[in-house]
Amino acid sequence: MTAPLRPDLAIIAANVAPGSSVLDVGCGDGALLSALRERHCDARGMELDPANVAQCVARGLSVIQGDADADLSFYPDASIDYAILSQTLQTTKRPDLVLEELLRIGRRAVVSFPNFAHWRVRLALLWGGRMPVTRLLPVAWYETPNIHHVTIDDFRALLKDRGIRVEQAWFLKGDRLTGAAAANLRAEHAVFLLSR
Amino acid sequence: MATAPLPAASQVLDLTAPLPLDCGKDLPGVRIAYETYGTLDAEASNAILICHALTGDQYVASPHPITGKPGWWVRMVGPGLPIDTDRHFVICANVIGSCMGSTGPASPAPDGQPWAMRFPVITIRDMVRGHIALLDALGIARLHAVVGGSMGGMQALSLAANFADRVERALVIASTARHSAQNIAFHEVGRQAIMADPEWRGGDYYAAAGKGPEKGLAVARMAAHITYLSEEGMHEKFGRNLQDRDAKTFGFDADFQVESYLRHQGLSFTDRFDANAYLYITRAMDYFDLAEEHGGRLASAFAGSRTRFCLVSFDTDWLYPTAESRRIAHALNAAGCPVSFMELSAPFGHDSFLLDVPTLDRVVAGFLG
Repeated sequence: MTAPLRPDLAIIAANVAPGSSVLDVGCGDGALLSALRERHCDARGMELDPANVAQCVARGLSVIQGDADADLSFYPDASIDYAILSQTLQTTKRPDLVLEELLRIGRRAVVSFPNFAHWRVRLALLWGGRMPVTRLLPVAWYETPNIHHVTIDDFRALLKDRGIRVEQAWFLKGDRLTGAAAANLRAEHAVFLLSR
Repeated sequence: MATAPLPAASQVLDLTAPLPLDCGKDLPGVRIAYETYGTLDAEASNAILICHALTGDQYVASPHPITGKPGWWVRMVGPGLPIDTDRHFVICANVIGSCMGSTGPASPAPDGQPWAMRFPVITIRDMVRGHIALLDALGIARLHAVVGGSMGGMQALSLAANFADRVERALVIASTARHSAQNIAFHEVGRQAIMADPEWRGGDYYAAAGKGPEKGLAVARMAAHITYLSEEGMHEKFGRNLQDRDAKTFGFDADFQVESYLRHQGLSFTDRFDANAYLYITRAMDYFDLAEEHGGRLASAFAGSRTRFCLVSFDTDWLYPTAESRRIAHALNAAGCPVSFMELSAPFGHDSFLLDVPTLDRVVAGFLG
């Protein structure tokens, strides 16, 4: 029995072509990699936390202990079909450079992140006057790994600026999809399929 | 060691053909001493080759015939252990150039006299050629895995690079794809200590009375042993504690526990190891540079390989630090090979791969499947 996939990972798993090659950057305990392996993908991972890496290897997955900010440069150009970054973009030192690296290594990139412009986040800041602590952003400002909070509209602006094409996008409220209209206000979470 | 008879290995293979070596010579009359555990299945598909380190031997999970000590990896190899002898046929062979039954400088040359320094300089790849000859004799076309720590990891890498179709998985622990200047430097100190011992006699000490250059060999072992530990581990174990005395003697006795410990390590080593073998094996390690063998690019060593790799380093290992394993991981990525890499936290320095690191057990079991 495997636990159900996190909603954004389920979307990613369902939209990666079976049999393709995948690099999951920040693969955690390997939940997505396991799901992709069942879809006959050549699924590899990169993960910062050695305990997570050990758990992945014990599951028979191929995972490298590494840092998205530093270690992506060692992967050859266009060497994989999908470079995936799920809930990791906001923890990197230079999200823009990491994004460029993903699209250099992968023919496509998939990026998911919590939306900092969700109405609950806005309300917390507006009424509470404090940095929000929500379901998707559960850690106080001083100890959060999320050092680059980003909104859906911020991300779209970055893509436009860098000439990156959105092939598809999904927006999540809880574990359910929500429309693209007013997603920046209504979505807690976004998943983008990108290419150059 | 010099006058002690060569230990009888439980199994030996005598190669009928000379073994071609990297130096250009052929080594005749090669004997390979090895141990096996478990049962080879009908398809010969469950074999795991364990490669030993510099001063290791084939007694990976059985008592050492000279010291009587348990095998050097009994915590990892056995029934129900991470390298499970209930499911796998485990082979461990003494490397050529060594002194535990496989052909080395202490073995007789065709003229009946010990090879001594007439023994050709061998390489890690030559050791692997010996392993491949053994696999051929055992009817094993493809290993389930090759596993090794330290110099054993170099053999695992060399085997996977040079005989890619012979192995499905390669597990490389606390190792490197090349010897650094620092690695070579420490080995050179050891070799010079041996060769400076008057009892070394240019390597021709086998017929002489006494135990050969045991003082030099002991010093070599002492220097090397320091590199196997971490500063923190040494401090924790010994600190500045005095050995069996309440005050410093204002002399050059082993006042400190750490001195006494190293002297003991050095001396007991000479009971089980041949000084010339130490020269030859350290040389083989110093010559090791997998990239150099493959046009200067490490990734080229693994091009087209379908072997799965797992690399493990330890945060306190300064002999083969994490950066070396990471370099290999990046090269394997560039070559498109499936690779896992992780740095484990353990306080024991380079020797961590032999000691109690539970995460390593889980990784080994998981990777070998």
